[in-house]
Formats: sequence, C-alpha cells, structure tokens
Amino acid sequence: MALESLAYGLRRVGRGTLNSITRLGFASRFFVAVVRNSPAAFRRLQLTLREIYFAGVLSLTIILVSGLFIGMVLALQGYEALTRYGADESLGILVALSLVRELGPVVAGLLFASRAGSAITAEIGLMKTTEQLSAMEMMAVDPLARVVAPRFWGGIISMPILTALFSTMGIFGAYLVGVKLLGIDSGAFWGNMQSAVDFRRDIVNGIIKSVVFGFAVSLIAVFEGYDALPTAEGVSTATTRTVVTSSLAILGLDFVLTVFMFRGIGV
Amino acid sequence: MNRAGIDLWVGIFVLVGICAVGFLSLRVGNLLTANNAPGYHLEAAFDNIGGLKLRAPVKAAGVVVGRVDAIKLDPKTYQAVVSMRIEQGYQFSRDTIASILTSGLLGEVYVGIDSGGDTQSLVDGTRIAKTQSAVVLEKLIGQFLFDKAAAGSAK
Repeated sequence: MALESLAYGLRRVGRGTLNSITRLGFASRFFVAVVRNSPAAFRRLQLTLREIYFAGVLSLTIILVSGLFIGMVLALQGYEALTRYGADESLGILVALSLVRELGPVVAGLLFASRAGSAITAEIGLMKTTEQLSAMEMMAVDPLARVVAPRFWGGIISMPILTALFSTMGIFGAYLVGVKLLGIDSGAFWGNMQSAVDFRRDIVNGIIKSVVFGFAVSLIAVFEGYDALPTAEGVSTATTRTVVTSSLAILGLDFVLTVFMFRGIGV
Repeated sequence: MNRAGIDLWVGIFVLVGICAVGFLSLRVGNLLTANNAPGYHLEAAFDNIGGLKLRAPVKAAGVVVGRVDAIKLDPKTYQAVVSMRIEQGYQFSRDTIASILTSGLLGEVYVGIDSGGDTQSLVDGTRIAKTQSAVVLEKLIGQFLFDKAAAGSAK
C-alpha cells in the first residue's frame, strides 16, 4: 500500500519534470522559429506598428501615472531618511539612481507584463481556440510570421521607450515633491543628480535592462498564447502564467544583470 | 483604428520616448558637460588620499574646475599619485597647493586647489609640488588621546 502510493508520487514527480523539460524544449524551438520569421515582421512593418500601438501607446497612461507617483513617494520617503543626516540635498541622487538603474526597468517591466503581455497571450490563445491560426495555415499564411513575430517585436521596441518615460516621469514627480513641496534647493537637486549619474554606467545599463526585460516578457507572452490549450480555461491559465512567469523572469534577470553591471562600483 | 492614425500615434510614442532618453542623458546624466569639455592634466602626489575616489571633483575656491581621473601608488616613494583633468580655460600658478578636503563631516572628498602668486602657470602634465594630505580622523583622535595621556603623566 505504502509502496504503491510512493510509486504514484514518484511517477507524478517524473511526469512533471518531463513535462517542464519538454515545454522548455518547445519554447526554445518556438523562439528560433520566431526569430527566423522576424524579417517578415519588418517587411510588413504595418503589422509591427499596430502592435507597438497596442502594446506601447495604449500602455502610456498606466506607465506615466505610476512613474509620477513612484517618483513622488520615493522623494517623500527619501527626504524623511536623508533629512535626519542633513543630507536632504542628495535627494536628487537617490531618486535618479534608483529610478534609472532599478525601479524604472523593473516596475515598467512588471506593468508592461500585466498590461500588454497578458493581452498578447489572451489574443493569441483565443485565436488558437477559435481556430484562426489553423485557418491561416490552411491559407498558406504562417501564423508565426503574421501573428506572433509582429507582437514579439512590438513588445521589444515598446519596452525601452516605456522605461525611459517611466524614469523621466519619476524624476519629474520627485522634482515636484522635493523642490516645490519640501523646499529643497532646485540647483542642488539637479546638480547633485548630474554629478552622481553617469551616462554609460547608469543610463545605458538601465536601457540594456529594459531591452532584456522587453525581450523576456514578449517571448513569454507569445509563447504562452501559442502554447495555450484551446479551451476557455486554457486561455485563462495561459494568461495567468504569462503574468506570473514574466514577473519572476524580470526579477530574476534583474538580479543577474545587476550583478554583472554594478559589481565593480567604487573600486 | 485606421492606418494613418496608428502611424501617427506610434510616431508620437517613439518621438516622446527619444525625448525621454535625451532628457535622461543630458539633464540627469549630464552627458554634454561630461564629455565635451576640453581640458588638460595635472598630477599631485599625496602621502595619504583618505577616501578620495575616481571622478571626485577638483575645486578651486569651491568652484568645480575638473575631476580626478586616475589614482595610483608610486612604488618608489609610496605616495599616492592623483591625476586630475582640469577644464580648459582655468590656469593655475606654479606654486599652487593641492589638498585633499572633505565637504562637511560626512560629505564627499574632493581635491582643493589654492592658487599662489607665481606669474607662470602649470602646463599639461606637470606635477603640483606642494600638497597637503587628507586628515585621517582616527589618527587625529589617537594623537589627541596620546597628548592628553602624556600631559596627565607629566603632572
């Protein structure tokens, strides 16, 4: 009896492991196929522009408003801590570095995953459920080139732009709170910020991060949609998985990238 | 939405994004002044540089006139050789004194330059002869305690 339940448990573990490995293999194959079909996305630029519109332009509201509020909160909290040491004029440094290096790419990536990534998965999943993808194949139209690749590249292109806007709005929000509300000297706010933020080390690294996150979120979103079970439940599971997986991917990748980018600071 | 509408919005989106990157690089990262300012190099040897770091400001009368761009140890004299990049347009006399200073108790460490009265100025690559090292707080406190103890035992 005990042996049987043990065997059952082992079988479940084995099946789960095999399933995940198979899915990983399929995802890699899918990625190669998407890249191979990518020239089609740029040859028919209109399709990609449409996806930039849906993934990027329509995400502007949430990105801009969240950026503004995160910057304002950061300024309020940072001021509380810094003023204790009489260093409240370093507020510009605190806000700019944390936004440009970390919060901008990460929070914009998380918002992008929940706003645009989930929509892409649901759309592709529903297309599969209603057999639109099969219909395309019947008409000798490759759904990877017509549906998947434009969404993939639309996401990758939108993400850095959204991140730059997020960081800019955050710094503007911090300026409003720090200078206009709390009365930090405007010259010290900008001057300290400018002397501490380095173009190559901080801004370029932030942009690299956002491109990597855009890549990860877009790939996960199109893959989950393409791989979704063609049922109502399957689409909803795939959408949830997109948000969860891409959020975890963003945070994990962020750690790895930070280790590579900023380990040597101060030497 | 029709084609032209999408094109317009995507165009605006990309344009605003480029503006944001431009704002971050120029206004926040200060790319313009960091790279474009032409300058010349000066060196100074210190016994102790304290907490001086690369890219620390070089100030004359409190005005930033350059940045530290290399710090190395002279293997013969065991002195720290600090190489500074001074903005073009600022000239300092040959008897200038360079010292390592701290702005406030917890503030950043910088190189202070006090120009002297010599009529000839320092040219590119020369070494500032007169320097003043960083004040190391621990040594100062140690010296103070030692002096106190010495005064106490003498009594």
